[in-house]
Amino acid sequence: MRRRGKARRGAILLAGLAFLASACGSGKPQNSLDPAGSYARKIDALFDPVFWIAVAVFVLVEGLMVVILVKFRHRPGNPVPRQVHGNKRLEIGWTLAPSLLLAGVAVFTIPVIFQLAAAPSGDVLRINVTGHQWWWEVRYPAQKIITANELHIPVGRKVRITLTSGDSGSAGRAVIHSFWVPRLAGKQDLEPAHTTHLLIQADAPGTYLGQCAEYCGLSHANMHLRVVAETAANFQTWVQREGQPARQPPADVLAIMTRADIGCNGCHAIKGVKDPTGSPFIGAVGPDLTHFGSRARFAGDTFDNTRQNLAAWLHDAPSLKPGVDMPSFVGKLSKQDIDALVAYLQGLK
Amino acid sequence: MATVTTEPRALLRSRILRRPTATTGIWSWVTTVDHKRIGILYGVTSFVFFLVGGLEAMLIRLQLARPNGTVVTAEAYNQIFTMHGLTMIFLVVMPLSAAFFNYMLPLMIGARDVAFPRLNAFSYWVFLFGGLFLYSSFLLGGAPSGGWFGYAPLSEQPAQHMHMYALGLIILGISSTVAAVNFAVTVINMRAPGMSLFRMPVFVWMTFVVSFLLIFALPVLTIGLVELFFDVTYGTHFFDVAGGGDPVLWQHFFWLFGHPEVYILVLPAMGIVSEILPVFARKPLFGYPVVVLSGIAIGFMGWGVWAHHMFVVGLGPVANSAFALSTMFIAVPTGVKIFNWLATLWGGDIRFRTPLLFALGFIAMFIIGGLSGVTHAVVPADYQQSDTYYIVAHFHYVLFGGSIFGLFAGIYYWWPKITGRMLSEAIGKVHFWLMLVGFNLTFGPMHILGLEGMPRRIYRYQPGLGFDFWNMVSTVGAFLIGTSVLLFLYNAVRSFRHGQVAGPDPWDARTLEWATTSPPPPHNFEEVPVVHALDDFWHRKYAEGVDGRLVPVVAGGANGDPTGNEGSGADAEAAVAPNESAGVDLRGGGEAALPPTVQGEDHDSGAYGDAHGGGGHGIHMPSPSYYPAIAALGLPILCYGLLYSSILVIDGALTLLVGLFGWATEPSAE
Repeated sequence: MRRRGKARRGAILLAGLAFLASACGSGKPQNSLDPAGSYARKIDALFDPVFWIAVAVFVLVEGLMVVILVKFRHRPGNPVPRQVHGNKRLEIGWTLAPSLLLAGVAVFTIPVIFQLAAAPSGDVLRINVTGHQWWWEVRYPAQKIITANELHIPVGRKVRITLTSGDSGSAGRAVIHSFWVPRLAGKQDLEPAHTTHLLIQADAPGTYLGQCAEYCGLSHANMHLRVVAETAANFQTWVQREGQPARQPPADVLAIMTRADIGCNGCHAIKGVKDPTGSPFIGAVGPDLTHFGSRARFAGDTFDNTRQNLAAWLHDAPSLKPGVDMPSFVGKLSKQDIDALVAYLQGLK
Repeated sequence: MATVTTEPRALLRSRILRRPTATTGIWSWVTTVDHKRIGILYGVTSFVFFLVGGLEAMLIRLQLARPNGTVVTAEAYNQIFTMHGLTMIFLVVMPLSAAFFNYMLPLMIGARDVAFPRLNAFSYWVFLFGGLFLYSSFLLGGAPSGGWFGYAPLSEQPAQHMHMYALGLIILGISSTVAAVNFAVTVINMRAPGMSLFRMPVFVWMTFVVSFLLIFALPVLTIGLVELFFDVTYGTHFFDVAGGGDPVLWQHFFWLFGHPEVYILVLPAMGIVSEILPVFARKPLFGYPVVVLSGIAIGFMGWGVWAHHMFVVGLGPVANSAFALSTMFIAVPTGVKIFNWLATLWGGDIRFRTPLLFALGFIAMFIIGGLSGVTHAVVPADYQQSDTYYIVAHFHYVLFGGSIFGLFAGIYYWWPKITGRMLSEAIGKVHFWLMLVGFNLTFGPMHILGLEGMPRRIYRYQPGLGFDFWNMVSTVGAFLIGTSVLLFLYNAVRSFRHGQVAGPDPWDARTLEWATTSPPPPHNFEEVPVVHALDDFWHRKYAEGVDGRLVPVVAGGANGDPTGNEGSGADAEAAVAPNESAGVDLRGGGEAALPPTVQGEDHDSGAYGDAHGGGGHGIHMPSPSYYPAIAALGLPILCYGLLYSSILVIDGALTLLVGLFGWATEPSAE
């Protein structure tokens, strides 16, 4: 039994060290213990003391158990133990003690619940995010920007995200997702036909990763997102650029894109681009591609936006992301076609 | 006393099938109505499902051992994690607990069987067929992949195969409801003379509480499942926003069932631990009434916390605060139990046998699960934790570190009673330590993974997110658990040949199941015991001096002649009334509650017909029957019919009706 005690102390130490190590956050871009903005910090500041209280209770109770097990272990010649049936005072005591401790935790918890739910005042950026299977549609209503999977926000400014879930192409009805960028805020579900809200804010420029946290079907694991926090000036530049229409495709690329068996425009919108009959690219099944080339990753922020990845995607998307609505173009797009498309898409800065 | 049934023997003698007569072989098991054999059937079946669910867990861990795992496809992974959850909850922990309810409960209250023996057989067969129905989905186009929680609207997409989930859980719910009614009635009506409610073993109490939880919780789930099935199959709109329905309604249904379900899964293990600690510490349970009442309190409070599963849904700060408070305070009765258990050990003469090790493992691990549970009640913290591996860690500490360790404690503890032979202590101890280490390696790191941003239910994760190391550790741990289970299997098989013969009371235990032979005869007790105190069997063996010291009772002693020494038992009771210091009169009206004579079996005359006491002669036990299994078989046929063909619906309904008709018209015993 002594060995057990030692092992346990070692385990606690190890867990503590692991915890401290993880708090440093290097190489852990989704670490909720490494908050990078006021809302996430508020949560972390509440979790930290509760965690240490829990550790204290753990050490006390498990320690007491180990002490009892060692002290009262059977030894030859032990007298028969006294038959104690209970002790009213003790029992009242250990009913009250945890009650008071928990009441204390509650007193600190409840105000934070209300603070996080309060609508912010002052200079607030508003973004609407709609979840689809399995990507994020991002709209800036005031700036008239439509993009996907990548939110840009100015550093220091409060951002109120309005969330809902939208139809999911061939899979049918909209399903529940959950928006989660751990270093900036807790998570919030996206419900079909309801809107919910989440506040985020970032202290310093940087990229903050997140992913869908509510199981949403086959490719739930492939539904990432990123928040790029920039200085106010850089954010303005980004807004400016995103507001522009897309670069026109060369005639041969447009011909591929609008071929009957390809039909990019059936699912994707590209602002300012029209098919040969003059109708604009306004498909709404997949992400808006107007500034596709400026995004770091694609397909629900799952693959780096490299030539190679994009070529593989255009070749056979479902093999890379199970269940995706983007069809396989095996046998339909030649290598030359794909190269031309990749060049055009990555040029959409 | 209680008259349970009166068979209209004279009225209906017509038969569909001849009464089964086999006492050995497969047909004796198919037709048995003996609670002990049904308990064994439950135990073996659920253990097989435990192995299957464990293999699914191994596949999950193999897939996640490295980033971008390719062991299974996304579709297979989603089916596997769904089936792993469904299996472990509905086909392992619930029926394994039911195995102990079945086998032990009548013995512990001094009864000859449960109140409704054929209903008991029926619930087993429905459970088996329900489990097979659920697993047949693998052959019929794919297993359910919408998660055990089946959130609409995802669960209503055809690709998730949730129709089998809905029907399978309805079948299993019938089994559990029927069993729960049976156990509740058994506890109310079948107790031996003198066994007042507050003389019942804590395990019986927890069974009683769980029975009511099941009776009230399962209908809520069933309503949800029927609506889900209607949405999926007949195009209704209960959870479909396009038709005015609301997916959040499903979540309320599911968790209003789902949270009491957590206590359904863990209270039996708490009961087992409460039985084991006093035996191996050689002291009575500290504060018996408080342990019982806190179990009852958990049973009530468990209904007021469901929305803590929904903190990130957006119910608003008022609802979230209310459920934060209720969730925090449900930790209090649980904490009380833990302190009472520790106080039971305090001052004891603790013998570290395998059952005790598993019981201690339960306490040690459940504390961790309880503490991480409190951090979920801190709602803002839960905004980070919800749907991450931190949650996976938490509930495995509760349901594996808790329930499974508790159930293994029960297996090691009662194995000698059920089989008549001991399991090897040496192998048992290796099993325990390997499982404890493996368990903590598997699920401990998941706390860190969750807080560091790894969501649940993802079939792969990307490199560069910092998830690689702890996932590998977790996978290694899972294989240690797997190895420890293989060790247990070896121990179990070995005991049938080489296990030491146990005798009636190998642990020097306290409760009535140890007063009869191992394994017990079909009629359990030669004479129905008369109970004078809590831990009555213990008081037959030991008297308590005024200072609380034990004095062995000279005659009778550890062999537990059930009717011997009642004088001494009563004396002990008079000398130191159990729990007197806790200020509760546990004697349920005291000696006046006892029948004037101790000879009578008449308290259960209804169930046992014209029983005569003594020597097992003339004790009429309920006769075996084909009908429970036949009626049960009708349910899966009916459900396949709902999916594939209306002819099968008629076929299933007819099978069910024939079973029920034959059942109703045959006498319970002849």
